[in-house]
Amino acid sequence: MSLRSPLSQARGLGSAKDGVHHWWIQRATALALVPLTLWFAFGLAAHVGGGYEDLREWVSGPFTATAMILFLATAFHHGQLGLQVVIEDYVHSKPMNLALLFIVKFGSLAFAIAGILAVLKIALGA
Amino acid sequence: MSAEAAKKPERPLSPFMIGPYYKPQLTSMLSILHRACGVALLAGAALLVVWLSALAAGPDAFDCVSRVVGSVFGRVVLFGFSYALMYHLCNGIRHLFWDAGKGFDIKTTYQSGYAMVAASVVLTAGVWAAAILC
Repeated sequence: MSLRSPLSQARGLGSAKDGVHHWWIQRATALALVPLTLWFAFGLAAHVGGGYEDLREWVSGPFTATAMILFLATAFHHGQLGLQVVIEDYVHSKPMNLALLFIVKFGSLAFAIAGILAVLKIALGA
Repeated sequence: MSAEAAKKPERPLSPFMIGPYYKPQLTSMLSILHRACGVALLAGAALLVVWLSALAAGPDAFDCVSRVVGSVFGRVVLFGFSYALMYHLCNGIRHLFWDAGKGFDIKTTYQSGYAMVAASVVLTAGVWAAAILC
């Protein structure tokens, strides 16, 4: 049972609007990103020296492809949630706020999908 | 809030605090750096997708992107991103401890701050060592 007035709920007043969920997902993605980032950074560093063929070989492996897709999706989700907070903190005009949020969120989704598509192309041998 | 309403009366504003009034401290500097790195890393993630797409596209596209990354400018930018990643990772872990309610006192915060910066430097060095040696 919500203690909010129906009007405030409808208008989504308050800067966070749906704050607790955002907070939890930010922390959950952060936690997942600890091992994923370490794997990504050291894995990539270990394989860049090999060149084009070696890199494709590495990315196409089932574990690497899975981890890479997980890394991309989690990183972009964590990043756009974080940038949402930054925008809400510094941009005071509501239209600009909204415009930037749309750009960041849609852009993150677009780049995440492009990245996952690239990994799938390599992994499936296209 | 109609913009056509009576002109807003001039009210005194509080001065911008950072600099003349609010002394920069380790806590606040590390915090804003964490935010700056986070924003930069989202841009870096987009560049990573460009690189991955080139890898998926074929040897010519990959060669082109590799040359940009391999240039002096490219390497400097890459180094910057790698440090931002390790800094954000280490400070992120520090944040997660705070979220669990641990380590809020000033002494622990300063100690963890220094330890975190050291760890981020070590990790960045480790990643570049792996890149050069492997």
